[in-house]
Amino acid sequence: MTPRLELDPLLVARARELAARAAEPVVELARRHTTVSVERAVLRLAGLTGTDPLTGGGGTENTVPWVNRVVDAVREQVGLEHGVALPVWHALASGTAPSLQALAEQVGAGTARFTLPEGADADRARAAARTAVARGIARIDANRRRREELVATHGDPPRRPWIYLIVATGDIHEDIPQAQAAARAGADVIAVIRSTGQSLLDFVPEGATRTGYAGTYATQENFRLMRAALDETSAELGRYVRLTNYASGLCMPEIAVLAGLERLDMMLNDAMYGILFRDINPQRTFVDQRFSRMVHARAGIIINTGEDNYLTTADAVDEAHTVTVSQLLNERFAHEAGLADWQLGLGHAFEIDPDRRESFRLELAHAMLARALFPDAPLKWMPPTKHMTGDVFRGYLLDGFFNLAGALTGQGILLVGMMTEAVVTPWLSDRDLALRNVRYVLDAAGGLVEDFAPPTGGFIDRRAHTVLTEAVQLLEKIAAHEGGLLQAIADGTFGITRRPPDGGKGLDGVVRLAAGAWNPALALLDREPADA
Amino acid sequence: MPEGTVIRPYGDTTGDGMVQVSFTLPVPPGPQADGAALQLARKMGLEPAMVVHSHGIGGGGGTAGDGYTFFVVYGSVRHLVDLDAVAVEERAYPLLSPSEVNLAIRSRLGRKLVVLGACIGTDAHTVGIDAILNLKGFAGEKGLEYYREMSVANLGAQVSVPELVARARTARADAVLVSQVVTQKDAHLRNTRELAAAFREAMGERRPLLVVGGPRFDPGAAGELGVDRVFGRGTTPGEVASYLVHALVPEGLPA
Repeated sequence: MTPRLELDPLLVARARELAARAAEPVVELARRHTTVSVERAVLRLAGLTGTDPLTGGGGTENTVPWVNRVVDAVREQVGLEHGVALPVWHALASGTAPSLQALAEQVGAGTARFTLPEGADADRARAAARTAVARGIARIDANRRRREELVATHGDPPRRPWIYLIVATGDIHEDIPQAQAAARAGADVIAVIRSTGQSLLDFVPEGATRTGYAGTYATQENFRLMRAALDETSAELGRYVRLTNYASGLCMPEIAVLAGLERLDMMLNDAMYGILFRDINPQRTFVDQRFSRMVHARAGIIINTGEDNYLTTADAVDEAHTVTVSQLLNERFAHEAGLADWQLGLGHAFEIDPDRRESFRLELAHAMLARALFPDAPLKWMPPTKHMTGDVFRGYLLDGFFNLAGALTGQGILLVGMMTEAVVTPWLSDRDLALRNVRYVLDAAGGLVEDFAPPTGGFIDRRAHTVLTEAVQLLEKIAAHEGGLLQAIADGTFGITRRPPDGGKGLDGVVRLAAGAWNPALALLDREPADA
Repeated sequence: MPEGTVIRPYGDTTGDGMVQVSFTLPVPPGPQADGAALQLARKMGLEPAMVVHSHGIGGGGGTAGDGYTFFVVYGSVRHLVDLDAVAVEERAYPLLSPSEVNLAIRSRLGRKLVVLGACIGTDAHTVGIDAILNLKGFAGEKGLEYYREMSVANLGAQVSVPELVARARTARADAVLVSQVVTQKDAHLRNTRELAAAFREAMGERRPLLVVGGPRFDPGAAGELGVDRVFGRGTTPGEVASYLVHALVPEGLPA
């Protein structure tokens, strides 16, 4: 499957070594801090659900989940420097409340009192917390086994790349029939786009929702409903249809937990997207992404990274190497968090200006570079968006070339391009025509990857080498940067934005850990699954 | 080019009126579906019309299991177009692309345009100001952070008016953008008047351009509220950027 492109092994080794060096201070930072969302994720693993009924009024966006109330109360009373688990399970073990849910209600009533346990009390709290959180992790493990069983029963898609299609109506009950229809029409992976702005909410909405704008809220109940519907369709089609959502934004760790609890199969989860495109604080993002990736690793979820986004703001030829650098960093962060290569849907995109001469050859060179550099990763191949002008006929041709590049270079996951990109949200007929385009290309040329071997020293080979060399040069600059990757981001190295370490949203939710801090989820996730 | 002011669509012969349309009807494919498409085409003014292609959609593989049918129809349209009756709506300012905005600022202002954004009052919903300012943008358009010639700072939610005035003064802001999404009992109007009064008092004529936006605002109310411009629901970053150029960048070429 892997196309033949010989990369200089010394250059490749150098690139990985530099990526590891650039990532190291950030990993250290993540180890030394926690966030409100990481702590809320711990409570979600322990089974705390629901919202405080007294905070209602104004619908989904204005109800406060119990996990937020409890973490805020602990923070106010004893601080989060030791994590939420010790004070919470100390309160439970001391008999102040019969259950976590009851304790949350005491927080709501303003009667809960938290203290930090010591000595034998701390041991008792740790044991109780470990038992509670282990139940959530056991459910994630069971979901992973269940996925493996279902894949064995129904089968994987008959070929690569897997065909990835988006639904986004805002109403989960509209999304479901659309997703099922898309699967019947050939989609292997269904992604439910989130409501505009959810990434900037510092809580996860609850329940089945029907009021999203340009997308549907990611909630545990919406996850459950969609997964159940796609399980039905998988049985009907004899092919396991995968479900995707977004572990990004201020609640990345919690959404990762909910994805594991409800057997989602893929999650968008980029190390730097939130920083660059959403102005989320860099420290917050790096702490949150490490935890979320540990959860994804355990859950057997394939992550999708967001390098395609760089090319929507920067020139796809001039800045091609920033995609490679980000892929290498994402790979490093992912490996450190325990993800295996088969779980790395590293992103890249077909965004070179089609009016540029040799644009298709350049696209092939970039796509083959990614393929050769990450031979065991399923690479997520994203369609043109920047140069889709509303000329739907030209757009349909461009999508055909995009599909051909995907087939020719052995991409793992192909997001279906819409000729009506930038015109309307896809119509029924747009999706159908787009899938016909994909099917035609894969049926006609899917095997061409076997025959396609650009000659050494030719245009494609030279271009791939140039981009890799530029990537190594940029990594050298980052690794040598005083202040490391964080400062490089502050200086505007990626995309065109500058994001200082103390700027952006969510910094107030980052807490430096004290000696003796303890997180039962991290303790359990660091271990191998019991029966994997 | 045909003469006169009355024209018809052009296929391959002047006056043939030929157009091509595609659409989907919620019926399974078959003779009845094709007949339905022809009926629609006639009602749209296509006569004669030809269904040159149809196929089922819905996973039934062309059977009645498909609940929908897609059509491509060609036909001659009866209607005439009177060019004299075409009214072109003129905007008070032209809608510019990001590169045109950047060029205008660079060549005619000669420095970066400084923009501050914030949500004021108790409203914690930054979705409006984020849609306009964040690189991610809105409706397929990048936010103002994407514009190289703008220096943009998003102060976030619940910024007090005195703090906003102080920040605008320190940053020498050219424009201050304020968004208010969730509002009760016309708080957005009270907040806006307070904002306008505070800037007038603190800075007088030298105050920055004041722009407010949100779904509950009436775009015609700028004068009454004491601000320069009000944007309503659905405003995109490009519209705001174009307006800022119109209002803040001198016309014509530099010396």
